Amino acid sequence: MESQQKRREVYWERTGRVTLVLMMLWFVAGLGIHFFARDLNFRFFGWPFSFWMAAQGSLLVFLLIVVVYAWIMERLDREHGFEEDPG
Amino acid sequence: MGRVPRSMRPSQSASATQRAAEQEGLGRELNVLLAWFTLGVVGFIVLLGLLEFMGLSRRWIGMTFLMGTLALYATIGILSRTTDAAEYYVAGRRVPAFHNGMATGSDWMSAASFIGVAGTLYLTGYNGLAFIIGWTGGYCLVALLLAPYLRRFGQFTISDFLGERYGGLMPRLLAIAAAILCSFVYVVAQIYGVGIVTARLTGVDFEVGIFLGLGGILVCSFLGGMRAVTWTQVAQYVILMIAYLVPVVWLSVKQTGVPVPQAVYGYQLEKVSAMEQRLIDDPREIEVRQAYAQLAEQLRQKLRDPGPALRQERRQAEQRLAMLQASLAPALEIAAAEKALAGLPRDVPSARAQWSQALAQAEVKSRPLNGMPPHAQQFAGDPNGSPAERSEFELSRLNFLALVFCLMVGTAALPHILIRYYTVPSVTQARRSVAWSVLFILLLYVTAPALAVLVKYEVLSMVVGTEFSRLPEWVAAWNRVDPSLLAVTDINRDGILQLNEMTMGGDVIVLAAPAIAGLPYVVSALVAAGALAAALSTADGLLLTISSALSHDLYYKMIDPEASTARRVTIAKVLLLIVALAAAYIAAQRPADILFLVSAAFSFAAAAFFPALVLGIFWKRATGLAASLGMLAGLGLTMYYMAVNQPWLRSVLGIVRPVDLWWGIQPISAGVFGVPLGFAVIVLVSLIAPERPNASAALVERIRYPKD
Repeated sequence: MESQQKRREVYWERTGRVTLVLMMLWFVAGLGIHFFARDLNFRFFGWPFSFWMAAQGSLLVFLLIVVVYAWIMERLDREHGFEEDPG
Repeated sequence: MGRVPRSMRPSQSASATQRAAEQEGLGRELNVLLAWFTLGVVGFIVLLGLLEFMGLSRRWIGMTFLMGTLALYATIGILSRTTDAAEYYVAGRRVPAFHNGMATGSDWMSAASFIGVAGTLYLTGYNGLAFIIGWTGGYCLVALLLAPYLRRFGQFTISDFLGERYGGLMPRLLAIAAAILCSFVYVVAQIYGVGIVTARLTGVDFEVGIFLGLGGILVCSFLGGMRAVTWTQVAQYVILMIAYLVPVVWLSVKQTGVPVPQAVYGYQLEKVSAMEQRLIDDPREIEVRQAYAQLAEQLRQKLRDPGPALRQERRQAEQRLAMLQASLAPALEIAAAEKALAGLPRDVPSARAQWSQALAQAEVKSRPLNGMPPHAQQFAGDPNGSPAERSEFELSRLNFLALVFCLMVGTAALPHILIRYYTVPSVTQARRSVAWSVLFILLLYVTAPALAVLVKYEVLSMVVGTEFSRLPEWVAAWNRVDPSLLAVTDINRDGILQLNEMTMGGDVIVLAAPAIAGLPYVVSALVAAGALAAALSTADGLLLTISSALSHDLYYKMIDPEASTARRVTIAKVLLLIVALAAAYIAAQRPADILFLVSAAFSFAAAAFFPALVLGIFWKRATGLAASLGMLAGLGLTMYYMAVNQPWLRSVLGIVRPVDLWWGIQPISAGVFGVPLGFAVIVLVSLIAPERPNASAALVERIRYPKD
């Protein structure tokens, strides 16, 4: 029972850490970087970099965030015995 | 997990494995079906293209598209009809992650996304990208903070979660009210879009179009609920994506020779920026701007004292008419003079309204680039310029970020999106499903800015600077369809079109893209069918959300908990019909400022739901009283800020107090105040008045783990 409780605590703590790190990345890609849009004006395959970032770069980071989250969480589920019964 | 019976433990793992295999087999079968379906759609388009080549009339092509797609959606609806509650509300929780991602994509992409975004980007350049970032970034919040936990909770609606988590009547009631408020505003806009597109596609009246489209929505969601809506949305995603991509890819091939517009439009943007710089300094453009500045000055003078100005104008028009009649001028000229006289405003209030509108337009047109900012320029103003330019820059940047924030948080709080993640089989599938959703949504949103740039390149290089007599055919064609969408006037009478002599409405960008790219009419009809699919799919999801809130949350959970499943589903269907008719009725009145209302729905949803949902999952000590007060405070502040500051709401509510913007934030982003206030109130009240013992701690504990 003790170890069961411990297992749950560790799982939730790690979930929290993953969530926090990815949320920070989300904040930087979604809001932070666009604050400096005027300064990131260098040429990037024709686009001004910050234009590309707003039109594509941030979106790709968002996709990366949700994919990485799904992947890490599936691994965490397995490691801590919270893998769902298939169905 | 929610649907796996508790008795199913490792001892029965054989049957569990079997189920997994079945699920996988189902997924594979569905993918084959989907591939065939996509081929079928392409074949249908090619066939109609051939028929057009052989002389089928445009009206018939439009009709075939309308009837063909509506019949398709109806067939899916009829095949998926159900009276089972789990099937009706959450599609039996058997939708594979991939297909749910697709359905979420078309549930998400509304008429506004399909038609409006590229138009906004064309008109506002970089600043419009706030919509692109906001409407995708919100899914990170859905994935990280909400979807897996809501799926683990595993009921039917969002009010269910808030009701169970916080207990008591208030949270559930508030959630029902907020869900209906956000979704209803949104569904009216969709049905409005359906009416416009149907009317365009077939030439029927707007009102008839609304009810035709309504039929399409109803056969689907009425009969089969979420199950039918899900599979229709998958089909609609395929159609709307093909429709969006074909003209953009073609334009890209035409301009750059590369069929991947998303990868190469940076170079076109560079050319657009260079052309814009030339146009700013072009002497003829300056001449046109000065002409409009003069016009604006005249209008300003007239508006200073509209009464005498109107009398004088009428006198002049009458004199001119009398003179022409006396001199036996050609009938055409006399008719024109008569028309000018009849076109004068009837009285002083209408003169004031008409002239104010004309003044606003003339003021825009006396600015460089027809009032549009240079396409690639980030924010307005100049950080290194005069104090006024500096503060304009700061303000523009602040509002950009505020809008991004509201759209992201609003995305993560719209009930019709969140309930989609109840329909997948497990928590794992819910996480994967968000990833698929982002991918499918991203496909459209990385294409929209490309379309805007390619169309701008086409307009600046092929249309601007051309003689009026030699303008491309699509200019005249769209002017005939609706002068508010596209109009040209030769104000400096040089016979050549300057940029500022052309007025383009945002909606025309997507709708006219096939014609601009020089594609046959069948593609225009396809684009209209795609817009219809986008509007219908979103309307389906929204109507279902509203009717679930009423039938499941209000009727079943609060009025008659004894009701049988069949009775609940029947009530849901009746309510759906009533709500749909009400929404159609309001849409038929052509409400003003519908776009503002849609954007407002994001701020409302963000302020009402987001703090209560997130704290409900991540903070065990959040109490029911705190959640109710937090939702009320957040929503209340957001509504107040909008009502006091938004011009249309001010006029509707008769507010005369001066506009009072906080830190210069536009009313559309009122959620930036509502969301933090919601969080603060919930935290403070929970700390001041803690609940002991906290009844819902067990629930919170349960949903944090995918398995007991």
